[in-house]
Amino acid sequence: MSALHWVILSPFLFAIIVPFLFKYVSKIHTGWFVWLLPTALFIYFLNWLPVISSGQVVETTVSWIPELGINFTAYLDGLSMLFVLLITGIGSLVVLYSIFYLSKKERLGNFYVYLMLFMGAMLGVVLSDNLIVLYVFWEVTSMASALLISYWFHKDKSTKGAQKSMLITVAGGLAMLGGFVLLYQMTGTFSIREIIANVDIVQASPMFVPAMILILLGAFTKSAQFPFHIWLPDAMEAPTPVSAYLHSATMVKAGIYLVARMTPVFGGSTVWFWTLSIVGLVTLLWGSISAVRQKDLKGILAFSTVSQLGLIMSLLGVGSAALADGADDPIYTQAILVAIFHLFNHATFKGALFMAVGIIDHETGTRDIRKLGGLMTVMPITFTVSLIGLASMAGLPPFNGFLSKEKFFTAMLDVRNFEAFDVGSLGLMFPLVAWVASIFTFLYSLIMFFRTFRGKFEPDNYNRKVHEAPIGMLISPIILVVLVIVFGLFPNLLSYSIIEPAKQAILPTYLPDGEQFIVNIKLWHGINTELLMTFGVVLIASFLFSIMGRWTRLAIYNRERDPFNWYYDNALTGLTSGSQWITRLQMTGLLRDYFAYIFTFMLLLVGYTFWRFDAFAIDTANTSMIEPFMWILIPLLIGAIVTVPFVNHRITAVIVVGVIGFLLALLLIVFRAPDLALTKLLVETVTLVIFMLAFYHLPEMRKEKFTPRLNVTNLIISVGVGVMMTLVALSSAALGNLADYDSISDYFLENAKELGGGYNVVNVILVDFRGLDTLLEVLVLAVAALGIVTLIKLKLKGGEDV
Amino acid sequence: MRKQARASNLMLHSITRVVTFVLLAFSLYLFFAGHNNPGGGFIGGLMTASALLLMYLGFDMKSIKKALPFNFTTMIAVGLLVALFTGVSSMLFGYPFLSQFYEYVNLPVLGRTGLATSLPFDLGIYLVVVGIALTIILAIAEDDS
Repeated sequence: MSALHWVILSPFLFAIIVPFLFKYVSKIHTGWFVWLLPTALFIYFLNWLPVISSGQVVETTVSWIPELGINFTAYLDGLSMLFVLLITGIGSLVVLYSIFYLSKKERLGNFYVYLMLFMGAMLGVVLSDNLIVLYVFWEVTSMASALLISYWFHKDKSTKGAQKSMLITVAGGLAMLGGFVLLYQMTGTFSIREIIANVDIVQASPMFVPAMILILLGAFTKSAQFPFHIWLPDAMEAPTPVSAYLHSATMVKAGIYLVARMTPVFGGSTVWFWTLSIVGLVTLLWGSISAVRQKDLKGILAFSTVSQLGLIMSLLGVGSAALADGADDPIYTQAILVAIFHLFNHATFKGALFMAVGIIDHETGTRDIRKLGGLMTVMPITFTVSLIGLASMAGLPPFNGFLSKEKFFTAMLDVRNFEAFDVGSLGLMFPLVAWVASIFTFLYSLIMFFRTFRGKFEPDNYNRKVHEAPIGMLISPIILVVLVIVFGLFPNLLSYSIIEPAKQAILPTYLPDGEQFIVNIKLWHGINTELLMTFGVVLIASFLFSIMGRWTRLAIYNRERDPFNWYYDNALTGLTSGSQWITRLQMTGLLRDYFAYIFTFMLLLVGYTFWRFDAFAIDTANTSMIEPFMWILIPLLIGAIVTVPFVNHRITAVIVVGVIGFLLALLLIVFRAPDLALTKLLVETVTLVIFMLAFYHLPEMRKEKFTPRLNVTNLIISVGVGVMMTLVALSSAALGNLADYDSISDYFLENAKELGGGYNVVNVILVDFRGLDTLLEVLVLAVAALGIVTLIKLKLKGGEDV
Repeated sequence: MRKQARASNLMLHSITRVVTFVLLAFSLYLFFAGHNNPGGGFIGGLMTASALLLMYLGFDMKSIKKALPFNFTTMIAVGLLVALFTGVSSMLFGYPFLSQFYEYVNLPVLGRTGLATSLPFDLGIYLVVVGIALTIILAIAEDDS
């Protein structure tokens, strides 16, 4: 366990003590304790920054399940650095902000536990080199996100939003796991480093495209790309610090991270280029247009985030062209640079804007732009913060948003000159879509600004006295807008400290060893196409805004809800009613029916497999003698078994079944398996007690009248299962002889003392050799026990929807 | 096991008092013997569960609840956590999950004794088994409707 591992695990460990802090130190807001952790981690990672900037990487491994190639490898390079700084830096600011946003009366324990879970998981995602470990952390972020969205769970909309985000992102995560497994099939490793080293095998494989699509499904659902973006606006039901943290700065960028990480593997292929570019651009356009229609400030920001994520995604798509054959010109790699730069900028200005909106919500009690207005003089500091944030988002100089948007235009204009991928005349679409989307971006920024801060202040619209927020709430957004200005004026502060190492990490194979990318970002480029495009954006958006009175009456403006929700809603209802239908089909409530299903299926499956591979074999050589006492035991056993169906009295039936159990135990003793015999005896005893208890609840046993056909079916099934099991046992013994396999028991017998330190081989297998099996088995038992308790305690009458 | 006290089970009461202790002692033996002789957490747990069940059978619910103030559902969780932490603790020393170790130590009174990390793991299994058996049976037994 290296320091890096402890850093990843520290939020989880901290989450354990948070509830105690909340319960026992009630005088101090729990947030203050929590705040220390991300701040400390941020400082820790800042210390690493010079090392990472110089092009080095940190890599340490802890074995987890080495047999399956699953190791907890922590890997810190330029790309991870960018993300960990965002996670811990914004995390620290958000926790600080939340101290003033959430009062001590809220269930703070829960809130900070979820937040810590998220932070640890997110650090795990961006610092794991192993795909399976990454996947585990990835799903934990989804869970933490759902828990945080449903934080105010008494609100119906919160739980619905949480459910939606959970279903969509976890479904995507599952697809992604499939993609990871395919990658493992191709390369035989889960390590991203090693997969990149074996990129030739991956690219030559027929599973290249399926693996890519599955992984992209994970990335697109997480990063709210079209048409999976619908969960993000509903996630705005979460407390605003959560929206600022998870749903704009970090978690939704996990998909971006994954795409960037996978660029060396999939980049350069035509499908990757077009999928990313088209999905990204469609998301960009769709998000920016939808944002204009929103009346809720957080709704605008949600769709704005969707659109900006699409922008970054399309840039990664365009930038992946650098890895195609014959793309040596530096212009190909420019898009990657812009993606990294904009990712950073977006986190700063969007974080500030979310916090500002949170302040407005907190102080006025509403986020509806139809009610708000005139806050400029009432809340001057919030106004300034929002003004800078909005100007940066709209792409006005001298803020960092302007720089990345100009660079975005450049990258999109360059696509026209691409020779790879048959871009041709389609290349013109790239800058065109970018330009149109920028117009709408500018438009919704204008709407946010004028509808919130200008106009007339109407005190009657609010249910409280409106005033400026306390200073503690303002610190975090102020820090973020200061960054917006600093990085707008001095963008080269970031060039070789963060952007270049991150770019190296995304394109590790592009440059020969020891060389660096040239990163030079300037505020003033002279009068060029990009600047003219920006003028166009400002003019057209301002014109559209000035005639807003006309188009607000249009029906399309008043339908806020995204039309894609219709598909989600219908799919969800379909899924529920479909599962209910299937359940009704087979759940008869009769135990014997379920046995019939299970045994028929088993019979068909095993029978087919044996028939298909012609595996029936009986070999009487090498069999041992039948001992004399077996002639007594076995007939007794058979006799007892045959008696069961003919017993009419319940107690007799139980006794006969008990006899079978004890005879089996005897048989195990004869075969010298004392452990099994002991277990069997004890299980029989405990089962007997359960039977006795259950008697009390059972109705009188009646002579049930079956139709003869049913009896015959049952007879066939039971005889079939018996015959099948006998054949399987005989065949496996015969085939084992035939193939001359060494029995695995020899290995256990030899090594039990050596490796496990015990003479009782059965127990050493249970606790040592197959310890994981045992652990999972008792877990299953525990779940079953809880299930039984719920069944009995809940007492459903039947017919309720569970 | 019914709630109303039965009049004529003096025999059961007397025998239970003695046998339970024998059973519990034997279950402890089985649990510790597990590594080298027949026994182990699973069997020991079942034996303990049967001993406790005998007590529930012999006496009424209320007095046993007073005598054994355990929450058996919690016991399941505790057992699972103990087993899990044994597995995780090997990771702290840089070994894979669930690596088990053993060593011979000279203990006072007991002399040279083999100690294995699988013992706490087995303890977890033991707790889960006792917890499960009693949770299920008590849930059925307490259900009077």
